[in-house]
Amino acid sequence: MSATEIQSPRSGQIAGKPESGKIDPKYRRNGSSRGNFEMLAWLFMRLSGVVLVVLIFGHLIVNLLVGEGIHAIDFGFVAGKWADPFWQFWDLAMLWLAMLHGTNGVRTIINDYAEKDSTRFWLKMVLYAASAVIIILGTLVIFTFNPCPVVDGVQLPGGFCPA
Amino acid sequence: MPTKPAGTLYRGREGMWSWVGHRITGVVIFFFLLVHVLDTSLVRVSPEAYTAVIGAYKNPLMALGETGLVAAIVFHAFNGLRIIAVDFWKKGAKYQRQMLWVVLGLWVVTMVAFAIRHLSLALGGH
Repeated sequence: MSATEIQSPRSGQIAGKPESGKIDPKYRRNGSSRGNFEMLAWLFMRLSGVVLVVLIFGHLIVNLLVGEGIHAIDFGFVAGKWADPFWQFWDLAMLWLAMLHGTNGVRTIINDYAEKDSTRFWLKMVLYAASAVIIILGTLVIFTFNPCPVVDGVQLPGGFCPA
Repeated sequence: MPTKPAGTLYRGREGMWSWVGHRITGVVIFFFLLVHVLDTSLVRVSPEAYTAVIGAYKNPLMALGETGLVAAIVFHAFNGLRIIAVDFWKKGAKYQRQMLWVVLGLWVVTMVAFAIRHLSLALGGH
């Protein structure tokens, strides 16, 4: 085969069988370098999306629509919720799924609109750094939350401390 | 001015505008999420710091902003379910336009209910 000859993507590698129907490896979209990453990202958006609808609607109903709504939200409200592992897990799942879903969405937008290679690269690095900071910070806050914070042996006002 | 291509099924139609809406609401929600994790993290600084900053969410102007944010979330949620239906349901692509009108109908109903409840709580005093 000469170098100038244009080969059909489906002509395959097997000599003498040009119409084998197999896609030539060099035209396969799931090449070894990227693996199935883009397909898995696509699937993740749909799966996390369904779960997030439940988690976020639940979050909005409990925090804004029940009882006196937004006026009830203060330190004690958060302390009351996170005293229950159910809400800790709920908020942790919401944090991770929403951040990964949002980060992948913004990654897609950067890939679409930033045309210069270096611009695209640096925008994504800033995005990943910001997302990592927020995910780690949020996770630490949920797990190290203290309803009765004490600084230098003095209980901070507004805390929920055992008598 | 460039002329509009004739006979397009997608550009400038429901499919394109729902995609534009999904992108814009997605970005708005993402930036709010960054801020919201930061403000919630103040519970780890001190009870008073958290309660003071969360108090900023309780004024009338913010009540309108919250309603706008929830409007973005509800549209993104319902349209996201429509996208899943387009991708996974056999007839999804065929009925994508009808499904957008269902999304918009449910969005209006949900937002009217939310706005009445949230604005009466937030603006009504206590």
